[in-house]
Amino acid sequence: MRLILEKRPERSRWMPFLSPLLAIGLTLVVGGILFAARGLDPLHALYVYFVEPVTTWWSIEELIVKTAPLVLIGVGLAICFKANIWNIGAEGQLTAGAIAGAAIPILLPGWESPMVLPLMILCGIAGGIAWAAIPAFFRHRFGASEILTSLMLVYVALYLLDWLVRGPWRDPHGYNFPHSVSFESWQLLPTLGDGRVHAGALIALLVVFTLFIMMSKTLKGFEIRISGEAPKASGFGGFSRPRTLWFCFILAGGLAGLAGICEVAGPIGQLQPSISPGYGFTAIIVAFLGRLNPVGVLLAGIALGISYLGGEAAQIELTGVSDKTARVFQGMLLFFILACDTLILYRLRWIGTGLATTTPKRGQA
Amino acid sequence: MISDDSDSQASNSTPKPSPEPGLESAPPAADGEAPPDYLLEANGITKTFGDFTANDDVSLRLRKGEIHALLGENGAGKSTLVKIIYGSLQPDAGSLHWRGKQVRVPSPAVARDLGIGMVFQHFSLFDALTVVENIALVMTGRFDPESLSGRIEQVSAQYGLSLDPFARVADLSVGERQRIEIVRCLLQSPSLLIMDEPTSVLTPQEADRLFITLRQLAAGGCAVLYISHRLEEVKALCHRATVLRHGQVVAQVDARRETAASLARLMVGSDVHRITGGTGSPLEETMIAVRDLDLPANGPFGISLHRISLAVRAGEVVAIAGVAGNGQSELFEALSGERLVKHNEAIALAGTDCGIDGISARRRLGAAFVPEERLGHSAAPTFTLAENMLLTRHGCDSEMVARGGFVDQRYAQRISERVMQRFDVRSGGHLNPPAGALSGGNLQKFVIGRELDRQPKAIVINQPTWGVDAGAAALIRQALIDMARAGAAVLAISQDLDEIFAIADKVAVISRGELSALLPIGDVDRERIGLLMAGEHETRPFDAPGTIDKTNDVNDMKKGSERDAAHP
Repeated sequence: MRLILEKRPERSRWMPFLSPLLAIGLTLVVGGILFAARGLDPLHALYVYFVEPVTTWWSIEELIVKTAPLVLIGVGLAICFKANIWNIGAEGQLTAGAIAGAAIPILLPGWESPMVLPLMILCGIAGGIAWAAIPAFFRHRFGASEILTSLMLVYVALYLLDWLVRGPWRDPHGYNFPHSVSFESWQLLPTLGDGRVHAGALIALLVVFTLFIMMSKTLKGFEIRISGEAPKASGFGGFSRPRTLWFCFILAGGLAGLAGICEVAGPIGQLQPSISPGYGFTAIIVAFLGRLNPVGVLLAGIALGISYLGGEAAQIELTGVSDKTARVFQGMLLFFILACDTLILYRLRWIGTGLATTTPKRGQA
Repeated sequence: MISDDSDSQASNSTPKPSPEPGLESAPPAADGEAPPDYLLEANGITKTFGDFTANDDVSLRLRKGEIHALLGENGAGKSTLVKIIYGSLQPDAGSLHWRGKQVRVPSPAVARDLGIGMVFQHFSLFDALTVVENIALVMTGRFDPESLSGRIEQVSAQYGLSLDPFARVADLSVGERQRIEIVRCLLQSPSLLIMDEPTSVLTPQEADRLFITLRQLAAGGCAVLYISHRLEEVKALCHRATVLRHGQVVAQVDARRETAASLARLMVGSDVHRITGGTGSPLEETMIAVRDLDLPANGPFGISLHRISLAVRAGEVVAIAGVAGNGQSELFEALSGERLVKHNEAIALAGTDCGIDGISARRRLGAAFVPEERLGHSAAPTFTLAENMLLTRHGCDSEMVARGGFVDQRYAQRISERVMQRFDVRSGGHLNPPAGALSGGNLQKFVIGRELDRQPKAIVINQPTWGVDAGAAALIRQALIDMARAGAAVLAISQDLDEIFAIADKVAVISRGELSALLPIGDVDRERIGLLMAGEHETRPFDAPGTIDKTNDVNDMKKGSERDAAHP
């Protein structure tokens, strides 16, 4: 008996939906084994990690706070990936957006006006777009791989932020701690109720809805889908590939920048050396887990949000579990989702030993 | 078993497989003599996809050294049957015997180990790699391009398939790519070679050369399973023929004793439509005009276009003949606007200069285009027919896209269904299947119907019936003629001389990026076209890119015309 992978006669109808569930299941099983190897009760550990975070209102609010940036970035990336454009530098675009948006409260601390917050948001979007425009330009003009350029620019943005908060933008009254001034009330996003959930979550929902309509109903969505799937046919249809390239980078960069400014003008409230626990990279997993579909991205964002919360909870409640556990789970999830996607076009089958004798060995003929 | 065992095969219906295959490799004699040793036997093969039965109790027997035709219209089940033999599909019922022993072929790798090679109609080559690298990828053993290139040169010389092992695939023509696939199979010294519509991309001369290769192989004992719609060549080349219709074997005949018409009747189940049209009387207005068009080569092995001039008037069909890879795709892209040209006045469609305008602007002038490659260029395979309708109509049909960029999906679906009905596009009952699910002929009818449905003033079409069955080809050719008679200008780029003589009013020949003068079809014969294909009209010196071996082509051309004269 041996197991073989054989091509399906046609694309599976169910696997695109089953694959994410299967991947989540496999991640939990392997995660449980890892916990058991650390000497923990796997069921209890998984409960603490994945169930407890959604049992109290407090933690559900926290989940929404974590999910909003993941979804905002994830939908932008999903559209890039759909068009076969591999922007993996969303973390850098998020950072650039946060820096650009935070420039207003830091450089003009005394300017109190209802214009401040909208302007901060616009600057945040513009910052993300500017950062995303660099790989788009290099791709368009020189054919440079956007995978490399966008990824490398992440580190440039992170060091730029680090230098700013330790140098010119450091809070003069902050006892030399590396962070900017704390933003004032008019420089912060309004919160919903009295909790930590801020307007960014509503913006994310609105963006998901808009992009879902765009992708499924409009000519622009068609252009993006066909440009990734069949570039030559797309050119024959009269769509320009550079235009799609720029559109996708600007959209994803703008959304990542928006997520960045929403973080610093929301739950963080100032610039500091680290403003994101890797949202820009995790959003890549969100995009794939969400089947590159805006609504799917929303659900996947919630799933990955739980992995962040669970990571924090597990550190506190379980002994010997590091804060890197969340990354391990996220990595496993991406690994399994890509592996399970093979089953959309292929299927597994056992080959019995009975017929194996009639199968010729290599070189016999 | 076979539905027509009462046919000439009756006496052979109980095969006696012997463990030692016979040594005589000459083409088999007429049927009904001593029971032959079958190389391959397929018995009662049945395969269903959902509720569609692609193969229904199909049986097929091949002898050593036999060239066996597998005939049938698109969708008759030919591809399914050969995919089962080649191991890329598994049958639901039935068995395969190889050299008398029952075998299971779970994968193409196993088929290759058995000694079965296949040349697909759609090639599986990596564009970015060279010929030798592509071949090395499927060879077992050490990766050794050096010695492999020597073997490639040896095999290609032996079988007259000229091929540069270090050329990059992206820069090769369809005809040259096919040679890679054939050489790739031959390097593994197969006992059975399956060819899926091999001549659909070749000129008569190239096809003749291929036939010599195939006869040489058969004489050496290799069996050839030859899938084709071209009945004349089946008659000329093949020993026996198995005819499929609607997934069933309807006849197994001695191909040499049939006529093209009798084969066509078996295949279609009724008489094939004959094209009618007569000569056109063109109107005054020039609809497609090319003036001194120069276009630099795209890539190191691309063809540059040099001083191309051409005028197609409303009401006439003009054909451009030529060997694959002589600038046809470049000319098509320049005409369609997928590649823009430097001088706006170099190209005019419907009386308006448009050399620097994109394809959508040219469509709005009333022009329509159908490229050579169906999957991936004319149509996106995973997109539905209605979405593919949107692909070429969004810019020129104001009802397709409403204000705000919203697509009217119901309208697109309605037009798509209208085209399917008008052009007899068969999709197994699905109203809106993905384009990739249609057979080649049906998809071609769809992409041509999509353009004709707009009633264009001018249509440019590259290889109108490439790899399309007789029934669909007749329908497409008739539609193009009717279009011209209704007052449109039709420019057909084709390698199929039969097609050109059937539809064209005038013909020009393209060779190494240069176009001959337009000649009335009544003034030329195959030999004249052959000389032009070999570059008689060219002005540029030989060392320009894209040089082909002219002397050979001219000689072959003469042989071809002699053959035509002998068998009119």
